[in-house]
This record gives sequence, structure tokens and C-alpha cells, in this order.
Amino acid sequence: MDNTESTSVPIKKRSGFVQKLADFFAGMAKINAFIFRFFREAFRPPYEFKEIVRQCYETGVRSFTLITLTGFIVGFIFTKQSRPSLASFGATSWLPSLVSIAILRALAPLVTALIASGKVGSSIGAELGSMRVTEQIDAMEVSGTKPFKYLVCTRVIATTIIIPILATYTAFIGLLGGYLNVAGNEGTSYKAYMEAVFEPITFLDFESSLIKSIIFGFTIGIVGCYQGYYSNKGTEGVGKAANGAVVTAMFLVFIEEMIIVQLTGWFR
Amino acid sequence: MEKQKGHIDYNNPVITIRGLYKAFGDLEVLRGIDLDLYQGENLVVLGRSGTGKSVLIKIISGLLKADKGEVNVLGHNMNTIPDKELQELRVRIGFSFQASALYDSMTVRKNLEFPLVRNKKGMTRKEINQATETVLDAVGLLHTINQMPVELSGGQRKRVGIARTLILNPEIMLYDEPTAGLDPITCTEINDLINEVQQRFHTSSIIITHDLTCAKSTGDRIAMLLDGQFQRVGSFEEVFNTNDDRVKPFFEYNFVE
Repeated sequence: MDNTESTSVPIKKRSGFVQKLADFFAGMAKINAFIFRFFREAFRPPYEFKEIVRQCYETGVRSFTLITLTGFIVGFIFTKQSRPSLASFGATSWLPSLVSIAILRALAPLVTALIASGKVGSSIGAELGSMRVTEQIDAMEVSGTKPFKYLVCTRVIATTIIIPILATYTAFIGLLGGYLNVAGNEGTSYKAYMEAVFEPITFLDFESSLIKSIIFGFTIGIVGCYQGYYSNKGTEGVGKAANGAVVTAMFLVFIEEMIIVQLTGWFR
Repeated sequence: MEKQKGHIDYNNPVITIRGLYKAFGDLEVLRGIDLDLYQGENLVVLGRSGTGKSVLIKIISGLLKADKGEVNVLGHNMNTIPDKELQELRVRIGFSFQASALYDSMTVRKNLEFPLVRNKKGMTRKEINQATETVLDAVGLLHTINQMPVELSGGQRKRVGIARTLILNPEIMLYDEPTAGLDPITCTEINDLINEVQQRFHTSSIIITHDLTCAKSTGDRIAMLLDGQFQRVGSFEEVFNTNDDRVKPFFEYNFVE
């Protein structure tokens, strides 16, 4: 019976390393069960379309300003810092290509995911955590509604949809930041800059970037929800859920980035 | 308000519990509970904090699983009930939480509509509005319909919490510390509301409390929970006038109107 969320099963305590190992595997099993439950429930009716749309809006709005600012600065600074190296070879005309490869392949999805981990992941963790400790999740459960579907599935779907959109937006803003720097120094026209930007970009770059963002979005959503949904120990637990959501999501994003870059390298 | 004796059908238990055990780690909370709740009855479970009163109703509602023993609710065995049936059964059980557990991101109206639209399919907007306004009116808070939970007082939150459970027309009501943290006047209002719900909605209720005034004014029967077991079950007077040394101290330190 998987809706007995708060069940505390008596476990005989072991000591030291064995206990830690047992806790680790128990935790892994719980996370896997949580992910499996998401896939089982997310695609079954009834669908909470209104809540998904609301969560998409919340997720997008929460990160929009920060992502705009950060994307622009990343593009601008990256171009500025790369110029001296290229200038020493007389190759500043390659700047747009360099910027576009860096931003589209790596920086845009990664920066977006890291910002969303902080803004969205922590917010989801804290929100669900406080709902858990104030018994709002239990209240949904006992009223015959499905809190997992309403709270978890909607948020995970929302982050999985919105993070790729935000990453695309970050890429555009980053390229714009790069353009301002290039135009200021070399007087390059916008048209020429954009032509140079897209020249080295392949379909694989877009594809891997998009897939990466989708995976990042899913990770941020599922980690935030997991931390909040199973939070306990009162207000202290809410803080831990928010913190755990950020730290774990960021860590996983870096691991995933590394794996996807390796995989994409084999296809390239 | 004086409690009116409702019609209690002693041949028709809606909840039957036999030999219920529940432990958290090494801590044994419930140690062999036997209990019957009859149709139309208000049963008060009295006991000190931490004696497992809330655990008992969480097991009844399926929020927690029993370690051992049989829990039968409206003809369903809670140990073996399939997930889908449990969902349907929960609609027939109302649960009023100690801290109200109102969804703080929703208005009072949305709080009430939330379980309704998800459990009663095919209702028109007009019917939803009507149902919402009717139960809010029943708890005397129709004027708060567009307010957020944070704008309500403690007593109002309790009432809205009760209204949210009543909107599904439950057959059983479970109240977890309904008067905890409220002033004496609001406590009296909540006690009256519990009795009114029993009369008007013909519910059977379990009221968890350590407030003797609440127990006296709402309970048809009192069950005294101590050391994980019911030490005394009977009318308020029977339990109050007991010579049981384990039960007496509880009443000596409490004031009853």
C-alpha cells in the first residue's frame, strides 16, 4: 500500500559502517521507488493540466530575471575574457564561433540548471516540506485525493518542460551579451555576428543541449519534490529539504553534464 | 449548548479494532487496542500527550499501517484494503487535523473545492459553489469564502478544516485535538459545532483530546488511553469517578466545568 506515506517501520539499529551502508541502499531504493512512482502516476488520468500550467508559469517566472541577467553577463564576460587569447593569433573573427559553441553546447543548459536548482529546486523542497510538516499532504491523502499526482507529478513535469525553454532563452541572451562585446570592439553587424554564430553549430549540438536540459529539468524537479515530500522533523526539516534540494540537484547536474558530454563526444 | 443524545445504533459498529499494535522503532505506542465505534456515536479518546491517540486515528484513516491487529472501517479491513478501495473509503471518512492543515496557497473556497472536484465528478460550477457555500454556512463562516487561510483566526481555521471534511458528506469524522490552542469561548463553539455535525450530518465520530471540557460536552462515550491501552471505557461520569489509580491523576490535574 504505497499511500501510507508517514509509516515508520521499526528497524533494528546496526552499528557503524554496516548501518551506514544499509541506510545508503535503503535511501537509494526509496529514491528509485519515488522516480518509478512518478512515471507510473504522471501518465495516468486524471491529469492536473491547470496545475501543470500554473507550475510552468511559477517555475519560469521565478527564474526569469536572474537567468536573463546571468545569461547576459556570461555571454558578455566570456567574450571579453576570450578576446586577448584569440587576438594574440589575430583570430578575433573567430570569437562569435567560439562563443556560440561554448554557450550552446555547455554554458546555457548548465547555467540555467544551476540557477534553477537554487531558485526552483529550493522553493519546491521548502514548499512541499512545509506542506508535509503542517500535515497538508496528509490532509490531501485522507480526503481521497492524490497528493503525489497533484504536488509531485505537476512540478516535475513543469520543470522538465520549462528548463529547456529557459536554457534556449539563456543561450539567446548569452549570444546577445557576446554580440554587444563583439560589436563594441570590432564593430561587427548583428547579421554578420549571427551568421558566424550559427556556422559551426550542428544539429547534434542543439539536440544534445536540448536533451541535457530536459534531463536537468527532470532532475531538479524530482530532487526538490523528493526532499520536500519526505521531509520531517518540523521546521528544521523544511530547511534541510530546501538545502538538500539545491545541493543534491547541483551535484547531479554536474555528474549528468559530464556523462552527456562523454556520450555526445562518441557521436560527434 | 447542552449535548443532545443522538440516535446511536449499538448493533451497527462502523469501526472495529481488535488487538492493535503500533511501534516506532523501539517505542511501543499502541499495545493491544480493542475498540468499537457505533453508528451515530461520538467517542472521545482521552489521554496524555504522546500516548498514541493521534496514531490511532491515523491508522483508522490509512495514513499509518498497524504492525499487528485488525482494523475494520465501514466493512473494510485496513490491513488488506487495495489502494483504489482505500481512496474510495477515505471519501467516507472526514479527518479534522490538529493544526487544521488548510492548503495555505489556496483561498477558503479553493480549499473546500479541492476534495470536492476530485472526488465528485460531473458536478457543474453552480453545484460546486452551492455545496461550498452550504458547508461554510453550516460552520458559520460563509463571509470568509474568499479569504486566505493566513487571514483566519485559529478557531476559524478549525471550522474551515471541519467544513472541508464535511463537503464530502463523510459517515465517520475523526477529530484530532479539535480544541487545542484555542481560548475557552472558541473551545465551546468548536464543541457545539462537533455536536451539531453529529446531529445534522448523522456522523459517527472519534474525538481525540486531552481537554476534559471537550470530552464531557461532546462524548457519548469516553475511552481513556494510557500506556498504549484503553484503561477505562464508559460514560464521562464512569470514567471521571473511577478509582483506578492510573486514571485518577489525569482528572485531578484537569479542570472540568
